[in-house]
Amino acid sequence: MEIVQQIINGISLGSIYALIALGYTMVYGIIKLINFAHGDVFMVGAFVGFYSITVMGLSFFPALLLAMIICAIFGVLIERIAYKPLRNATRIAALITAIGVSLFIEYGTIYVRGAQPEAYPAGVLPSKSFEILGVTINSQSILILGVSVALMIILQFIVHKTKTGKAMRAVSYDAEAARLMGINVDNTISATFAIGSALAGAAGVIFGIYYVKIEPLMGIIPGLKAFVAAVLGGIGIIPGAMVGGLVLGVVESLVSAVGYSLWRDGVAFVVLILILIFRPSGLFGKNIREKV
Amino acid sequence: MLKVEELNVYYGNIQALKGVSLEIHQGEIVTLIGANGAGKSTLLKAISGLLKPKQGSITYMDQPIGGKAAQTIVKQGISHVPEGRRVFANMTVEENLELGAFLRKDKDGIRQDFERVYELFPRLLERRKQLSGTLSGGEQQMLAMGRALMARPKLLLLDEPSMGLAPLLVKTIFRIIEEINQTGTTILLVEQNANMALSIANRAYVIETGRVVLSGTASELNESDQIKMAYLGGH
Repeated sequence: MEIVQQIINGISLGSIYALIALGYTMVYGIIKLINFAHGDVFMVGAFVGFYSITVMGLSFFPALLLAMIICAIFGVLIERIAYKPLRNATRIAALITAIGVSLFIEYGTIYVRGAQPEAYPAGVLPSKSFEILGVTINSQSILILGVSVALMIILQFIVHKTKTGKAMRAVSYDAEAARLMGINVDNTISATFAIGSALAGAAGVIFGIYYVKIEPLMGIIPGLKAFVAAVLGGIGIIPGAMVGGLVLGVVESLVSAVGYSLWRDGVAFVVLILILIFRPSGLFGKNIREKV
Repeated sequence: MLKVEELNVYYGNIQALKGVSLEIHQGEIVTLIGANGAGKSTLLKAISGLLKPKQGSITYMDQPIGGKAAQTIVKQGISHVPEGRRVFANMTVEENLELGAFLRKDKDGIRQDFERVYELFPRLLERRKQLSGTLSGGEQQMLAMGRALMARPKLLLLDEPSMGLAPLLVKTIFRIIEEINQTGTTILLVEQNANMALSIANRAYVIETGRVVLSGTASELNESDQIKMAYLGGH
């Protein structure tokens, strides 16, 4: 039953990766930029959640909502200030800028509040364990999974049923043709950053509750792993990011379960290397031949 | 209805349009013919707001629209069917048409226009739930035109609608262009198939390396030796 237990842990962890990976994949889909600052938006979300619980005394859902809103605004600011002026620059220039933005947020946070870690208070979510068929499940994991799944369903709804979502898909497929429909490409890109960052913010709060410890550099490793998850699913493909995140979380947990917990972080990158060798377009991607 | 005066458009340092002037009156079909790279598509892109002209003016219904954002121009009633169709292949036929009506809020009007487009292109009705990437070239052309009509344009810009289509389909597409025109939509048609274009147009402009070199009524140009030599394959 140990293995089932680990799979459940893996799914909880994977749903956090999936939430972050969605932002990576959506932004890549629309402006072909790997937004390396995305993991730091996740960190900001974790801190906003922390302060709104401890300082403002909010409960879980209002704190989650506040973190999502602030991260959405933050994401749009990053895009407008750092990336928009580079819209017509080379992709490498934008990529290097993204790394710069990432460092700026990390060390800006340290400058403002110091590098010391914080611990999410216990009891934000009721933690009760119960056993089903010999497997211990914590009520927190279920709630976390529930919230993640709900957010992904909302995202699917936005992308497929709303005007903004349709505009996002149109711009990501062909920005010039989208302009001919009367779609405002700049606003659509901003909306994409807002939604992706809000999901990362939510992931930050969930991470804090689940793993307790948060600190200003906490976004680096989950950010990189979420990037791997996005590539695994096929970058630019929304369902791919969800599945990629879950698969990566489960793989990591299983590696720990068989006794190689020290290798946990490495496994994500082994997965990245394997996927790049054997299926570079990802699990959900189609192989597109470059037109010459 | 539309007046272009002394328009200069550049791609970086390369001048693609050199003082182009032309005029389109309400209800006309005007065709722009010329070889590859003459600047036909550039002119359409400047009119629809995809490119900003450096000098010169574009006036539509007595209002300057040169250099305005594409969405403003769509809203004012100019739709552009780009070269190569550019349908959103990852979306269904129906979703493509919905996007054509992106700026509109009149639900009843949109529903009417869906019916109108499906009437004009029955094939699209059959395939409305299909991903548009799976359509044939001719069907994609129909979709691109239908999508543009969903904005209920007063002026429709068509860029090479016959490109890559079988002769029979080309005929169908041109018949539909005439139908669209008869329901009150003015048309600016860019074509390499000068024969077909002149057969349905009222007037024509010939463009060469960024300049208008000849203009007149379609029948005049049809008779012109210069045109016969260069574009109609005559001797």
